[in-house]
Amino acid sequence: MSAVRTFVDLLAGRREAAALAPRDWDGVIGVARSEAMLATLAHRLEGADLPPTVAALFADQRAAAAVAQRQALWEAEMARRALSPVGIEFVLLKGAAYAAAKMACAAGRQIGDLDILVLASDIRRAENALLNAGWEWVKSDPYDDFYYREHMHELPPLIHKSRDRMIDVHHTILPRTHRITPDALALVSDAVTSADGFGVLNPADMACHCAAHMLADGDLQGGLRNLWDFHLMTRDFAAADPRLWEQLDMRARLHGLRDAVQRAARLSRDLYGAVVPAGWAGQEASDRWFRQRLLARDDWGRVVRPLLEQAFYIRSHWLRMPPTMLAQHLWTKWRKNRA
Amino acid sequence: MRHSIRIAVGPVQFRIGSDWAAPIAALEHLYRGYPQDETRPADGTVRLFAARPWRRWVRPSVHIGGDFVVPDALPLPLSMGLLAAEMGMNLQVALGWRRHMLLHASAVARGGRALIMSGESGSGKSTLAGLLGEGDWRLMGDEFTLIDPASGDALAFPRAVSLKNEAIAAVAAQVDAARLGPLMASTPKGDIRHLIPRADAIAAMHEPARPALLLFPRFGGEASIEPMGEGEAFVRLTETSTNYVALGEAGFAALTRLVRETPAFGVSYADSAAGIALVEQLWAEAAT
Repeated sequence: MSAVRTFVDLLAGRREAAALAPRDWDGVIGVARSEAMLATLAHRLEGADLPPTVAALFADQRAAAAVAQRQALWEAEMARRALSPVGIEFVLLKGAAYAAAKMACAAGRQIGDLDILVLASDIRRAENALLNAGWEWVKSDPYDDFYYREHMHELPPLIHKSRDRMIDVHHTILPRTHRITPDALALVSDAVTSADGFGVLNPADMACHCAAHMLADGDLQGGLRNLWDFHLMTRDFAAADPRLWEQLDMRARLHGLRDAVQRAARLSRDLYGAVVPAGWAGQEASDRWFRQRLLARDDWGRVVRPLLEQAFYIRSHWLRMPPTMLAQHLWTKWRKNRA
Repeated sequence: MRHSIRIAVGPVQFRIGSDWAAPIAALEHLYRGYPQDETRPADGTVRLFAARPWRRWVRPSVHIGGDFVVPDALPLPLSMGLLAAEMGMNLQVALGWRRHMLLHASAVARGGRALIMSGESGSGKSTLAGLLGEGDWRLMGDEFTLIDPASGDALAFPRAVSLKNEAIAAVAAQVDAARLGPLMASTPKGDIRHLIPRADAIAAMHEPARPALLLFPRFGGEASIEPMGEGEAFVRLTETSTNYVALGEAGFAALTRLVRETPAFGVSYADSAAGIALVEQLWAEAAT
């Protein structure tokens, strides 16, 4: 069995860690690292019967992830101290939100930049407040800057000059030019407060954003991690509130994300063994390509099936912008790269 | 991958895969004397690969891949495949290892106590460690020294020593030619030739040593010794550590303890003999 299948089976609980031959771990660890999920696997298999050196490596990973998470939440606190005094409310997104809300998917999850969402009407003031508090522009060229401001769902990235950490300030969750326009006002106004006192999206919106990020925006890089997030959050939200799937369907309609959310549910069932309600349980022929893309790694952690990868890359751009704009964008980028 | 090898250096188990046979054969030669547990899963993976299939044969150039990569790193010609492997292994440790605090420093030990030498490339820290390791010291490593946050001990990472430029002749004159790798001339890092550590250093690679002396060598100029305060040693070592920030509080505690308990000196020396004399003098006078 391929390492990526074994990895997914271990996460899903379909396979016992003790049943692996010692050398099977090479590929499993390699794939997990490639997907930035080694600490996630380490949490999932905490207490399992592991070869001693694997157990030691996993303990390292859990400890490192705990430190990284504390640092990420500190960064969120720094943003709060910059934005609160000027009266800007913000909502944490993705990894930092999961950590602040102490969700199961936060265990071992890598957190990259700090992602926050503010009202579109606050975006200029948020930018100023962050610049005043020590964040500065990552050096970029004028075209990229223009592109971000004109067409994207976030400001060009800012980096803090002394802590060297990036913040992405969003005003919505998909690019402005995307075929789908989620209701950003509803996302912010219906947000809830996390255990740590930070604003986070309400459960249904959080699952919508997770699905949008995975299936409507990107090219499925890091897809296994996003799908794992989706699986664990919907599982736990549904356990806490039996009407979750109903609400999720409603919010997905509101944001235009019904296809993405339903596909995420089907994929999490197919890969991680998620239990989805009857109305969600169908099968779509195109799911096959998504499963193959998610599992396209060999035992050395390399992406295999380059054509499939390329196809998903093109798809992500196709969704993100209208064809004439895409042509113009690629032309500008191509000329810049030649220069 | 087509060709592969497993290597354990200190606490780290690597697997290295390659599109070509030559880099793996060269690694087999350098690491043949290292203990190897064939069933032990790898902590980290290095991949040496051709960007396009035909580049395996046509002007073959080796890209360095693995769990951690440097984006846009330039490939090396196949004749420098061994250097590519070394850079790939270093990268996995520098960016991936979390069990210990990593110091970009060489180290040697005597009587269970360690001398740690930290400096820029060109400071001579590798050469000094290599030469001391041929005398009555145990070579712990020429690139990384690992500090265990729990015990404060130094742990060895005795990879094959990477000798550069003038150091090649200085060391080659003292050792059996069978312990030297192939000469790689005019690499991006200068001329490079690897030295296989002595068998006793390899056999002792899991034995921790108590840090007893910290030196910050500077090659060139009059011989001099300057005591270094805890604060300066601390700041200098944070700059050389690739995982100090990632370790958070544990890293801070380990480094604070290291600089408090270990006397530190900046030393300048004009040649290897003078450097070794300074080391022996300070070891006799100041080591704790």
